[in-house]
Parts: sequence; structure tokens; C-alpha cells
Amino acid sequence: MPTRQDLPPVVELRGVEKRFASGLTALAGVDLAVERGEFLSLLGPSGCGKSTLLRIVAGLTPLSAGHFRLSLGGQNGRRGTAGRVGFVFQDPTLMPWSTVANNVLLPFRIAGRSGEAARELALAAVRAVGLAGFEDAYPHQLSGGMRMRVSIARALVTDPELLLLDEPFAALDEITRLALNDDLLRLWEERRPTIVFVTHSVFESVYLSTRIAVMTARPGRIAADLAVDLAQPRGPATRSSREYAATCERVSAALGAAMAGA
Amino acid sequence: MSAQPWLRIVAPAAVGIFLLALWEAAIRLAGVPQYILPTPSAIAASLWTDGPSLLGSLLVTLRITLAALAAAALLGGMIALVFSLSRVIEISLFPYAVILQVTPIVAIAPLIIIWIHVPFLALLVCAWIVAFFPIVSNTTVGLNSADRNLLALFRLYGATSWQVLWLLRVPTALPYFFAGLRISGGLALIGAVVAEFVAGTGGAETGLAYRILEAGYRLAIPRLFAALFLLSVTGIAIYLVLDFISRRLLRNWHESAAAMEEE
Repeated sequence: MPTRQDLPPVVELRGVEKRFASGLTALAGVDLAVERGEFLSLLGPSGCGKSTLLRIVAGLTPLSAGHFRLSLGGQNGRRGTAGRVGFVFQDPTLMPWSTVANNVLLPFRIAGRSGEAARELALAAVRAVGLAGFEDAYPHQLSGGMRMRVSIARALVTDPELLLLDEPFAALDEITRLALNDDLLRLWEERRPTIVFVTHSVFESVYLSTRIAVMTARPGRIAADLAVDLAQPRGPATRSSREYAATCERVSAALGAAMAGA
Repeated sequence: MSAQPWLRIVAPAAVGIFLLALWEAAIRLAGVPQYILPTPSAIAASLWTDGPSLLGSLLVTLRITLAALAAAALLGGMIALVFSLSRVIEISLFPYAVILQVTPIVAIAPLIIIWIHVPFLALLVCAWIVAFFPIVSNTTVGLNSADRNLLALFRLYGATSWQVLWLLRVPTALPYFFAGLRISGGLALIGAVVAEFVAGTGGAETGLAYRILEAGYRLAIPRLFAALFLLSVTGIAIYLVLDFISRRLLRNWHESAAAMEEE
């Protein structure tokens, strides 16, 4: 029986470059491997190509040079990786004409599953992000934080092996952001998907991740690859621990060095 | 500032009554003859006596208007769908839609009436030409306005282009379609009236536009105004009905409709 160590990394990038038609080079030689079950944060200044990197991993943007491989378990269906990769954008990106339940159901509808089983899974996902009772609400009736929860529920509904989040909490207020951080941690602990989380917050990345890849300013490269050895499971007590403060300091220093060196 | 609901009706009504009274008084005092400018009371009297026959004519015009609007909604929506499916078709045909739109209908109505022998159909085509463009152009914009991230999400989940169209592009376009429809409602009526002016009377059925012409020839100016009044009321009614329908359907759809609800 293969162990976790025998399996190839879920995401493998070697020498990945991205140049846009405008001549802008977003990424220059990115090497990165994301292991199964990891919570990896991509940390870097605005405009360093973090989001571009995430879109390449999702298969939404082609790369200009280098190698990229996605190794997901299970069979490769007709629709390729559909449903096995979840994506959460910076904006909630909901369909305003659909209820919360129907927004979360979308991945199943696209896959041609709209039966009772799919609906049950969607409702369970809505409950899992703490929105029980709001199944029939429309997005414009919800707060920004609640909309983001719907977006996360939609990404989780297919129980993906890989979850990609692109600065999902950047537009939220501090209180909502902290609450959603804890919710995301809880969901990760329950289901253990591999997570790649893009952020420009040192504190957020340290609190959430098992590993942090620090990127340089554009054109982006991985400048430092740091393991975060804080005790699991994490919670509000983590934030007041000495190890947390020390790690934040270490990551800040790495980020400072990455930006100075670029 | 939010006014009381009753004020929204009472205030404009009061202004209207005041203006009508002023009109009535001015004409009586200055002794303007009825065939130059009739008093509101004379128009009201004409509306009462000629009402039944005018309403019959209104029905004729209304039938053309509504048929043209339905055709504009259906064909306009379909043309926009085709445009959204193929950029090449859109680029090739859109200029001709513009040409059709900017050509004055008065100029081409006589040709259409000569080419199409069935009067109802000829008038319908004229009204349709005036009415279809706002629906085509608005719906085309709407179909191309789908959220970029939602499009990416659909791709991520392996959606077919039909799914993208029906689950994303069409719902996105619906508010745009209705905005176009509200404009087209008024235009269809104008198109029908203009075509009737050019066509004159087409057999036994006489539309409201021809009654206006006829009243003008006979210097029956109060009746002319009465017919005009009916036309305006019809135009307003069409707008209000379309507005009501689109608000009902889009209640949970679009920011603009939602914001109006909260007022």
C-alpha cells in the first residue's frame, strides 16, 4: 500500500515562467512542490504574480515556459480535474440571480448532477460554513463575510483534493477575517484537502499554514520556503503564543529580504 | 430624502390640474379659436363623444404595436444570441443592424408598403424595424458582460459552452434585455404610428394615426388632441407594464432592481 511519502506532490512547478502579451513578465522561474494535505501560503507583495501562479495551478492561465504537473488521486474522468480542484476568488463571485443553495450547487449542475443527493451535499456545505437558515437567501441580502462563506461552501461542495484561495479575506474587516480564518482551519482539519492560499498578510499566513513560500516582487520567484511548526490544532491561543510571534518575525524578515533582493 | 408615497401621486396630479386650468382660462380669456388650440374641456368632450370610435382605432394601432414588440423581443433576442455565439457573425452583421436603425422609417415605409401587400404585415415590419435595435444592442452587451471570474469558475468545473450560455450569459443578459425592451415598447408605438401616417387607411381597419390625420384635414382639432391624448396614455401604459414585468422578474436578480425595492 502506498504511503503518503510515496505519492507525488499534488502540485509540481519547475522553472515556470509567465509573460503576458503586453510584455510584462509576471513569473520568472518558479520552483515549487506542494505535498498532499499541506496548507501552503504564497506570501508576497501586491503584484508579485501570486494570483497568476494560482491561476496556472488551476489551469485557468497557460504558462509561457517551464513544467507544471497536477497529481490528483482517483481516476481521470472525461472532465479532467473538474470538481477535484476548488477555487475561491478575492471577490465572492456569486451569481446574483441564484439563491445561496443554488450557488453552492453550481459545480454539480455543471457536472450534470442535480438530483436529491447533490442537493443534500450542497445544503451540508452551506451548514458547514455556518450559513444554516440562509439557504434560500440571495447574495445581495448577505453581508460581505457571509458571501465569502458561500463562495467557500461552493469550493468545498465537491470535496476537492486541492483547494486554491486567492486572497479570499483581503476585502473583509478584521473581525470577520479572524472568524473566517478559524473556520477555514476547522474545515481543513476536518477534510484535509491540500490548500494553496495566496495572501499578503504575514500574520494570516503564519496562523493558517504549515508552510509558507515567500515570493519576490515582480517578476515573481520563490525567495524563501519556510516550515511553520506551530502546534495543531490552532486557535485563538496560538496568536498569543511566543512561537507564533517568533515565526511572524522570521517570516517578516524573509519577506523583507525578498523585497530588498528583487 | 424619501417622500410619502401619496405625495408622489398627489403632487404631480395637482400640478397637472393647475396647468390644465391655466390652459383653459388662457384660451377663454384670449378668445383663441378651437381650431387653433382647443380648450381641455373641448378635448374632454370630444374624448367622450368620439371615444368609442377612437378606442376602436386605438385597438388597431395597439395590435400592430404589440405584435411588433413581440417580434422585436423574440427576433432581437435571437439575433443577440447568435452574435454572442460567433464574434465573426457579430462583426459582419452589426453594421447592417445600425444602418437599419439610423435609416428614417418615414423614408423607407412607402417602399415596405409597396412590397408587402398585406397592410397589417407592412405596418408590423415598419414598427419592428424601429423597435428591434435597442433589444439587439442591449442584449448583445449583456451576453458579453458575464463576470470574468464566474467564467473562469465555469471553465474550472468543465462547463460546456451551452452551459456557460444558459447558466451564466443568458441570466447576466436578462436585465440588459429588459432595459432594451422598455425602450423598444415606446419605439414600437412610434413606428406603428409613423407607418400608419405613410400608409393612410388600409382598408376597413383604421389606426389611431390615420384618425389624427383625418381630424387635421377636417379641422376637428379637439378630436385630433383627443386621439393624441390616447396615444400618449398608451405609450405610458406600455412603459409601465414593461417596467412592472421586468421588476417582478428581476426582483432578486440585479443590483438595480434590488436597490429600487429597498427604497
